[in-house]
Amino acid sequence: MNIIDRRLNSGGKSLANRQRFLRRAKALAQKAVRNHSKDRSIKDFDQGGEIKIPVDSLREPRLHRAPTGGHREGLLPGNKKFVQGDTIPKDKQGGGGSGAEGAEDGDGEDDFRFVLSQDEYLDLFFDDLELPDLAKKTLASTESTSLHRAGYSVSGSPANLSLTRTMRNSLSRRVALNRPKSEDLQALEAEIEALATEGDDPARLEELRATLSHLLARIKRVPFIDPIDIRFRRFQAVPRPVAQAVMFCLMDTSASMTEHMKDLAKRFYALLYIFLKRRYRHVEIVFIRHTHEAEEVDEDTFFHSAETGGTVVSSALEEMVRIAKLRFPMEDWNIYAAQASDGDNSASDTTRSAALLQQGVLPLCQYFAYLEVGRESEATQMGFIPRATELWRTYEAIAEGGQRFAMCKVNHRNEIYPVFRRLFERKGHSAQGEPA
Amino acid sequence: MSTTITRPSLLYEGNDWDFAMIQRIHDAIAVIAHGEFKLDTYANQIEIITTEQMLDAYSSVGMPLFYKHWSFGKQFAHHEMGYRKGLRGLAYEIVINSDPCISYIMEENTVTMQTLVIAHAAFGHNHFFKNNYLFKQWTDANGILHYLDFAKTYIAECEQRYGHLAVERTLDAAHSLMTHGVHRYPRKRKPDLASEDRRERDRRLHQEKIYNDLWRTVPVTGKAKVSGGDEERRRALLELPQENILYFLEKTAPRLASWQREILRIVRHIAQYFYPQGQTKLMNEGCATYCHYRIMGRLFDTGQINEGSYLEFLQSHTNVVMQPEYDDRRYSGINPYALGFAMMQDIERIATKPTDEDREWFPEIAGVGDPFGVLSHVWANYRDESFVSQFLSPHLIRQWKLFQVVDDGEKAKALRVEAIHDERGYRNLRRALSRQYDVSWTDPDIQVVDVDLGGDRRLMLQHNVLNGILLQERETRDVLQHLADLWSYDVSLREIDPATGAVLKEHTATARPHFLTA
Repeated sequence: MNIIDRRLNSGGKSLANRQRFLRRAKALAQKAVRNHSKDRSIKDFDQGGEIKIPVDSLREPRLHRAPTGGHREGLLPGNKKFVQGDTIPKDKQGGGGSGAEGAEDGDGEDDFRFVLSQDEYLDLFFDDLELPDLAKKTLASTESTSLHRAGYSVSGSPANLSLTRTMRNSLSRRVALNRPKSEDLQALEAEIEALATEGDDPARLEELRATLSHLLARIKRVPFIDPIDIRFRRFQAVPRPVAQAVMFCLMDTSASMTEHMKDLAKRFYALLYIFLKRRYRHVEIVFIRHTHEAEEVDEDTFFHSAETGGTVVSSALEEMVRIAKLRFPMEDWNIYAAQASDGDNSASDTTRSAALLQQGVLPLCQYFAYLEVGRESEATQMGFIPRATELWRTYEAIAEGGQRFAMCKVNHRNEIYPVFRRLFERKGHSAQGEPA
Repeated sequence: MSTTITRPSLLYEGNDWDFAMIQRIHDAIAVIAHGEFKLDTYANQIEIITTEQMLDAYSSVGMPLFYKHWSFGKQFAHHEMGYRKGLRGLAYEIVINSDPCISYIMEENTVTMQTLVIAHAAFGHNHFFKNNYLFKQWTDANGILHYLDFAKTYIAECEQRYGHLAVERTLDAAHSLMTHGVHRYPRKRKPDLASEDRRERDRRLHQEKIYNDLWRTVPVTGKAKVSGGDEERRRALLELPQENILYFLEKTAPRLASWQREILRIVRHIAQYFYPQGQTKLMNEGCATYCHYRIMGRLFDTGQINEGSYLEFLQSHTNVVMQPEYDDRRYSGINPYALGFAMMQDIERIATKPTDEDREWFPEIAGVGDPFGVLSHVWANYRDESFVSQFLSPHLIRQWKLFQVVDDGEKAKALRVEAIHDERGYRNLRRALSRQYDVSWTDPDIQVVDVDLGGDRRLMLQHNVLNGILLQERETRDVLQHLADLWSYDVSLREIDPATGAVLKEHTATARPHFLTA
């Protein structure tokens, strides 16, 4: 008998099957994920989850008899009171067959439930979203480079000498040019010596000496290693894509921002953060809050402390530009910014903000998203176009011109995901499908 | 058996196991199984796996390797979900009909469970696989793993060459016909799965060798004349009627590529491999359960396991052989472990302590005194259907209080109790139960009856309706669509009352052009 311990074999043998299954159920799973994510809190958003999809599309049909109709017999254990010839009235459904058959049927029509891993979940959620200008930026900002091996060259520094390659060339050259082997020479010399001491075949001795001198001359002409053999490992500088991003969160924390608004903003930031994290190896977050003056704070303060004061948006933009210049040089960082506000701004600051945004902030950023958070009740006022806020009107003009700028209004928690999706939707081919 | 090697010491104590212990347990069981009970088994290979690997094995129908298809992923997701939520536990073991016989056991099991599992799978099932005539006739225990390896590589290669989608669609279609891809009657040739991949490789090499692009340019002259008339001969050449639909398609479908035929063949072979397992579920489990019960008993009697372990064993044993009554909430059909075990025990009782009734019903085995001798014969030569119709005793019918209920269809207002566990009912009940295990009774009888090769190439199938039970309409439509895609012309399926020849219903499907080669 053999006992084999398979525990160390990698599990996940059916991963390929699972991927095929998900690919098949992709459209449905995606829909299920979106529905599901609506009522999830941010905190456990980047975990997997259980979703259910209609079993219809995943049916594996077989030829089998219908569960109802016709003459049927059943054999059951545990008779207590029946005798031969008794009758048992059928239940209302009529169909016949035993209870167990009915249950099986019911099962079949049910939704198919399964658990997605975190990666699968987020993949499906973010599938057709894209970071705007990602490609352009990484190509444009390739100032940092790294060296990669790239074949061999005939010149280089001695440190990069490739011995194997050189010796291989040398060997093939020696074989090709028929360089005499040192063993042959030694054998020849030994024979000459033997002949010389015996001295009974001078003709042969003479002949051997001639051969020897000929071979020695050849050995001189065909060197062991020729400069032609020498190869160096070659390195090439390859531009390294910038794989880090910084995300600026700007928020108005004046008294007019309610808890509800802050909550909306937080959800939006969290989504953006998860999304960025999936695209970049390293993501930093900078929180800048502002009233009439702006400061950088930590996350907790950012979301939870209330302040009083006026509202001067330009102060936050200035702060952002300052920090970006100081700590996040454009060449090394992909810069994203998201601003959340209820739309208030002091009238005197409007032009200054607009100018600052256009000339200072936007050139720095990959993407700037402005999220206007409103009161929950506003959403319900149907057929009434809400008055555009100060900031909205200012930004609207900018949005028309630039591609790196997007703005949206959100009143209710439910709208966060759709709005996020709209902001980052892959442009051009929104109707994504499996290539058939 | 005075020569039995009795060991004074226990095989193990406590719950934890190690490899030396498993070896020791296996050897001790082998002494009992081979020596005392005269079981005849393949060599054993015991593999220890984790929960996750068990879930993996579940989704590839218990085989250690299998080709890739989304439906297995679906099963995996389903099982995993159930397991995570605690809705269902995992099997303690999976055993594969191969030589050597591979049993998977889970690392979490306690040592008593491992002992039970080894006795159950590595000896009980193993003996059954090696000796039952259906397995001998239909499956090739030597070749199966090799063949699965071939199938996996071949299908992966097809995915590379012809694209995931085309392969997936072909497999979908083949799977939908899997239940009708088996030969139900033995053929001349012994199954030999090992030569399958050689055959396929040779065929491809030959094709590559004789390939000549010039043939493409040869102008086509008038079509060869169809020799009309000889109807009998035509049907004989097509091997009609044919109940193995996959076989028929593989050989006859006009527009399949050769790799698609090979895929049909693979699916067909695998269906054939599993065909005996469906017909011997009751006996197979009964045999294994009976063996582990006797073996554990002997281990306890000879002092190789202690009372605690024996009690632990008895608890899981009684869980396995529990049969709820029909009005119990837990009732979901007859438990094959319970009925199988009860019947094996009943045969033992008849062989050793028969009553007068038993002597009348089973004259040939009553009182012969050697239960394992009788049972070995039974295990070798019967399948569920014939086993029940031979060996279900009145004693057991009374014990289980079996009764038969009949539903006469739509017209009848009430169900009728046809037979109960009394003198008049025994034979009826035995026949009725045996029918529940009879594949020709449970599977719909569907055959390819004709194909109109001269005309529109319509493929005609027929379902011989039994007891007025038609096919489930919606699924039949889906399967027929798959069938039409494989056949690439129209397909029709008639449901026919065999008594009158009347057509009860007709399903048709039209092929989607180029669907399988998308």
